[in-house]
Parts: sequence; C-alpha cells; structure tokens
Amino acid sequence: MKDAPPRDTAAISGLIDADIHPRNPQRHDLAPHASAYWAEMFEYRSIDRLEMMSQPQSIGLNQHAEGAQANATPQDIARLHLDPQGISAGILNVMSGAHAAYDPYLAAALCEATNRWLAADWLGQDSRLHAAALVPFVNPDAAVQEINRLAPDRRFVSVLTPLMGEKPLGRREYWPIYRAMTEHGFALAIHPGSIYRHAPTQSGFLSYRVEEAALAPQAFASQLASLVAEGVFTEFPDLRVVLLDSGLSWLPALMWRMTKDWKGIRLEVPWIKEAPSDIITRHVRMGTQAADLPQDADQIARVLGQFDAANMLIHASDFPRPHATGAGVPDWLPQPLHAAVARDTARATFVRLEGLE
Amino acid sequence: MTQELLAKAKGATDDRARTMIVDCDIHPAYTSQAEMLSYLPLRWRQHVQEFGLFSANPLMGALPYPRMNHGMRRDSYPAAGGPPASDLAFLQEQLLDAHGIEYGILQPLSPGHLMSNTALGVALCAGTNDWQIDKWTGPEPRLKGSLSVMQEDAQASVTEIQARANDRRFVQVAISPRTLEPAGRQRYWPIYEAAAHYDLPVAMHSAAFGSRANTGSGWASFYIEEHFAFSHAAQTALVSMIFEGVFDAFPHLKVVLVEGGFAWFPAMVWRLDREWERHRREVPHLKRRPSEYIRDHVWLTTQPVEEPPLSSQLDDILRWVGMDRLLFSTDYPHWDFDHPDYAFRLPLSPGDRALLLRENAVKLFRLDGASVERRGA
Amino acid sequence: MTDHVVCALSELPPGKAKRVMIGTRAIAVFNVDGKLSAIADRCPHEGASLSQGQVGGVIVSDRPGEYRVRTDMKMVRCPWHGWEFDMDTGKSWCDPARMKTRSFGVKICPGATLEEGSYSLEVFSVSLQDEYVVVTV
Repeated sequence: MKDAPPRDTAAISGLIDADIHPRNPQRHDLAPHASAYWAEMFEYRSIDRLEMMSQPQSIGLNQHAEGAQANATPQDIARLHLDPQGISAGILNVMSGAHAAYDPYLAAALCEATNRWLAADWLGQDSRLHAAALVPFVNPDAAVQEINRLAPDRRFVSVLTPLMGEKPLGRREYWPIYRAMTEHGFALAIHPGSIYRHAPTQSGFLSYRVEEAALAPQAFASQLASLVAEGVFTEFPDLRVVLLDSGLSWLPALMWRMTKDWKGIRLEVPWIKEAPSDIITRHVRMGTQAADLPQDADQIARVLGQFDAANMLIHASDFPRPHATGAGVPDWLPQPLHAAVARDTARATFVRLEGLE
Repeated sequence: MTQELLAKAKGATDDRARTMIVDCDIHPAYTSQAEMLSYLPLRWRQHVQEFGLFSANPLMGALPYPRMNHGMRRDSYPAAGGPPASDLAFLQEQLLDAHGIEYGILQPLSPGHLMSNTALGVALCAGTNDWQIDKWTGPEPRLKGSLSVMQEDAQASVTEIQARANDRRFVQVAISPRTLEPAGRQRYWPIYEAAAHYDLPVAMHSAAFGSRANTGSGWASFYIEEHFAFSHAAQTALVSMIFEGVFDAFPHLKVVLVEGGFAWFPAMVWRLDREWERHRREVPHLKRRPSEYIRDHVWLTTQPVEEPPLSSQLDDILRWVGMDRLLFSTDYPHWDFDHPDYAFRLPLSPGDRALLLRENAVKLFRLDGASVERRGA
Repeated sequence: MTDHVVCALSELPPGKAKRVMIGTRAIAVFNVDGKLSAIADRCPHEGASLSQGQVGGVIVSDRPGEYRVRTDMKMVRCPWHGWEFDMDTGKSWCDPARMKTRSFGVKICPGATLEEGSYSLEVFSVSLQDEYVVVTV
C-alpha cells in the first residue's frame, strides 16, 4: 500500500514463509518414485504435464522475472528467495495436476510420487525447506494411508488442497483425512485453484482469469462455512486451517453473518455450541499475500481490527509469482504484528515445525 | 450492545418520527397456486397443470434447504388466511402503516426467472407483472412494482420492458442473479440496454433456486451455508458485468444488489482494483478501474444488516460502502426481517439516517416524480 | 413490587402464550404444560413480540449428526430471527450474559383469594370461581 511506513524487518529472526511454490514435477521426476505399473503408465499414457488450468505456472501472469528458472531447484529458491529474505523455514506448496486426477488410484499414485519427489529432491537439499503433503481427496482411504506414511517425516507440516474440489471440505467423507491429520499434527492448507468439477460461480464458468481471481474469496468463505457447519472443528478440535493467497478483508463479513444467522438457525446444526466467529478465530489462519486493503494506514488498522489479526495472520509470500511479497513481511503490516506474523503464529499453527532455531 | 450505545441508539431513533421510509425489499405472495395460474394464458395454465413448473431443482414446490419457521416471520400470517404477504390489508397494517413506510418496492421473486422452459418463464413473469398491478400497486400507491423478466430470453425481456416501462407503478427491472451464464455476457445486454434507456435500475435479488452449485466445490449441506452464499451470486453478477464491459456499453445503467447484505462489499471492491492491476492486459477493453464503475453504477439494499461486535466496525463498513449507495430494506415477511429502528446497531446522524432510509431510494427510483431520463443506448 | 392480575387462567391454556400490558409495559406470559412464566415481550434484538414466538424444545448435540431434545426445559424462539430465550430467566441461549430480556414472577391465584391481597386488576373483573394469572412487577 502506498502510504504505509517503511519496513523494519531486520529485527525479526526466524522468518517463516508458508507459501512457496516449487515447479510442478513431471513424468521424469515422478516415475522413479512410482510403482512399476504407474511408472509405465506415466510414459504409456502421457501422464506428464501436470499443470492445473486454474493455477498454471507457465503463463506470463504467474512467472517470475527469471522465468521457469526461478523455482526449478532448491538452489534457485534459496538464491532468489530464502537467502535474500532471511527465511529460516519455507513451506513448499505444489499446486499441480495431481490434485485434479479423476481416477482415484492415479490420484493416489501422483500424490505419493510427488511427496517422495519433494522429500528426495527438495527437502533433502536444504534444511530450511518444508512441504505440504499432497493427498488424494478423491480417495480418502489412500489419503489416510499417505498421511500415516509421512507422519514420521516432520518436514511435511501440512496437507494441501486446492480451493475448489469435488465437494465442500466439511463433508464427512473427508473426516478420515482430518482424523489422520490431527493425530499427527498436520495443518490443512487451502490454496486458490479449482479442479473444475463444478463451475466456480453460481452462474457458471467465467470469461477471464481476473474474474476468477476476484471471486476467490467467495469460495474461501464457502469452504469455511462448510467446515464450521458440518462440525469439523467440533469433531477435530486440534485441526488448524491455513488459507493461502486468500485475501483477508473478506473474512469479517462471513464471521458476522454466520454468527448472526447461527443465533436463529443453530437448531439445524446444534453441534455448533459457540459463535461461528469464535470457532473461525480459533481454527483459521490466513496468509498475508495478497491482501485486499484500503489505501491509508489508519483504514488498514481498522480492517485489521475486525478480526484477531495478531493471532490469525501468517507470512506467506506466494513466491515465485510476480505479485509475491518482497522483503519479509508485507509493508502494510503494523509493526506490533511483525513478530507474530513473521514467525510466532506459523509456529503455533504448523506444529510439526518444532525444533526450529 | 453496551448501555452507552443503547442510549445513543435510542437518541437516534427519536428522529424516526420525522424520517419517512422507503423499503426496497418486500415480498408479495400469491394466495395460492390457482391465483398464480389465473394470470397465465390458457395455453400455459394447461401446460403447468400437465407438466408442472419444471426447473433444475431437486424438489417440486419446496425449498431445497428447509428453513426455520418456514422462512417466515411467525407473526406475518394474515388472519384472513393465506401465506404471509398475500393479503394487502394485513400488509398495509403490519408493514406500511406500522413502520411509516412511504414507499415499498415489491420484489415478487417470480417463478418465471428459473423455468427451464424459457417460454413458460416469459409467461410467468408477465403474469407476475399483471398481478402486481391488480393486487398491489394499483390498489395501494405506496407500493411500487418490479418489472419481472425472464432473463434467459433477452428479446422477450425487452418486449416486456418496452410494454410497461411507461407505467410508473414499476420502478425497476428484476432478474435473477443466478443467470445461466455470468450476468455480464452479451446475451443479456439487450435487457441492460432497455433498462438503461428507460432509466429503470436492474435489481438482482438473492435467489434460493439456481441450476449451478452454490459453491465452487458443489452443493453446501446446510441452510446456514446457503444463506451467506446468496451474496456470492450478487458478487458474481457484479464482477462479470464489470469485466465483460457492460458499464462501458451502457453508461447510464444502474444495478441494485438486493438481499445480500453489504459487509462483504468493501473487501470486494479493494480486491477488484488489485486484481485488475495484476490482470489488466487480460481485459484491455476496460476503460476504468473497477471501483470507478461501481461508484457510478451500483447500489445495495441493506438487509440482512451485519452485526459486528463493535458499532464502530459497522460504521466503518457503512462508510466504506458509501452512505449514498445503500437502500434500506426489511425483507418482509421473511424471517430475517430488518426493523428500520433497530437493524442498524449504531448511532446514525439524522442526515445519514435519512439517506439510508429514504433519500437514496427516492433519488434512484425517482419516487419524487422526477422526469424520466430517456437515454439513447 | 406489585402483583397484577393479567388474565384468567382459562385464557392461557397449556401450550399458549399471551401478550399482556401492565401500564405501558408489554409482557409475554407463557403456559408450558401448566407451568407459567413471564418475560418482557419485546425481543432485545430487533423488537419482535416474543409472545408470538414458537415455544419449542431445546435442541442439543454431543456430536455432528446427533440431535437431542432436552426434556427438562423449553425455550421461546423469537418470531423473526429465531433467537431462543429462556422463559424463566429471560436469557438467550446464544449470548445469555448480554442478550436477554427481563423476567417476572408469575403465579396462579384462585379468584377467591384475590380480594384479600393488594392486587392491581389490569383489564377485567374477577370471578370468585375462576383462577387467575398474576404477574409481579
């Protein structure tokens, strides 16, 4: 924002970045980590380019100034991002076509191979790097198996899902996934992107990417409403949800409306025993990039005062997108929130990040 | 509310005797299906009796998300019988007289908007318009109608608008925000052209029925989810109209988003400008920033007024939205009715109160008899 | 504190509610299975008349998908937004500390006893044979 005061991030140690995107893995990356069957099928069926239509890496809109080289290897990310920003822990979020497979077994194979590739080629190369696990939401049994397999490897700190999937995230079909996650301390990360099982809006598919980006908050709001209404947080009180690249100023409107409605229609969902705004405050965290805010610092402070910003915001750069946050925490962030946003809230949320300096 | 705030709010309401009210969201109801059918030509009456009101919805004649208390104010059932808001005399007594409502804008929610058979939808909308005159706006001049059109057939919509636009008992054109395609698409432009030509705002009222899933991940399970998602249909319509260039094509078009609340609006506008900066080469046809189109073209009704924990937060929201684009509405006789004296849980200056409760609507709908501004399209 | 005779018990049979005026004060009186209660009639949220609300069971749940209706109490649901109020205490279910309406003492008195005490008769004459609803304000 234009009128914000200059940053002073030098004082913050232990900066954590909750949203870094490595390149998407392709067939040659995944085949060594897949079964003989899937390794052959990846080749035989051209399962290679795993790029989501809604979250492409190859288009100019999303490319770093250094192009595909910005996030091709751990060394690239270290050189362009971790080192200059003094990041002590970064979480890799793979927004690849693995999320979009229809075949439940292919989905499981792609997710597992991607996680193995992350462990071998990324996490092993730079101790600052951590990752979100990919699990097949279209195959909850396999998702649970994959979470249990990864549980001993604490470099995997979260489970990642695209914003718009097959069903609202609160549905009971997904509860075995959340049960396994909470048993092992994984947070749930939700990142924009749709696998287009459904139109992104109540009036169908949109003409432009800008429209889909502008309307992403309604999908985030619906997912939070689903998680609250279905009772996911009632059933899994330890689950934490991190919204990435979500914007943040839309959240209070959802909290206020859902709380007002709840007072009269809680009979529909009597397992919700406290105000939805309190449930959301306790369980939901938001990345700082990108924020939709007014121009001047006083107005920004008023927006941040509408929710528990000190405990709900997490630094998340969205590197290597061109709109990624520059140095350290964003410049609109008031100084008193810096330490919480840069480090403390992330540590409390990604509980598998223990043992950091 | 704190005692202090209560005292202030009480002080503010002392002005209410002097503030007349325009209610921009009243839902008149057919007394029975027979009454609705009586406004259809014989051909369509027989069609409905034989084939029903066929639409892309899971249930016949019932809400897909069952509501508490039937979705109604429990005290709104007329003593004479019939569903809430089906009896003019009781509506006059319980709503117009009781609250000092100078004008009430009907939002009849015609079933015509959602018919899969568009020709039936056109006939139903025409019937809804005749019925508004016969039963409501004719006998009671405080009530003003919405010119309901079946938005999926733009040419038929234009015909309907042209036929009735000079009848000042209609003050706006009503379409569903849950259009089959995003509302900015060119297939809907003839409606906007005609509405702008006659200086009739286009109202999009939250719709309980639509053919597309109510979230991008499929259908929500509960009414508590669905209710907030009504605002999402309005957001979609607004965003689509901006980026498809509707407001460049029709610089005099006015849009009213009805019954979605308004606390979501400032964040949406900030986001629109930011995303437009990032994507502007994708939409080079846009001549202005999204917020500039919104400033000139968009109004919102207030119900259901959000209730943040602090009144200052509501005050911020009102100011960010803009006191000049908010239109008070009760949503009578629906369960989430807003009372003009108590819905805004903050002290309002007499000037702001007058804008919200009356002046903005009088100006937008030309309720003071201001002359029709005919526009070349 | 004054006792006010607000209506004959026959006007408030079990399952019914009634809005009565004591001076300028509107009070909702409920008869739930023979047990009377009285609270201020005006909903503290947006002013609806609580006597018009549905009296229903208090729904509770231990887990998602499980529903229980408490047998030990009922609440009135505001006729507009459905907010629930305890008719004995006036407290709302959702925000009992802050969102509440005033409660009043209420009792049934035989007509024969009413001549002895100091009662304020609001609207009618008393018959010795009937029972009456008395609200203490």
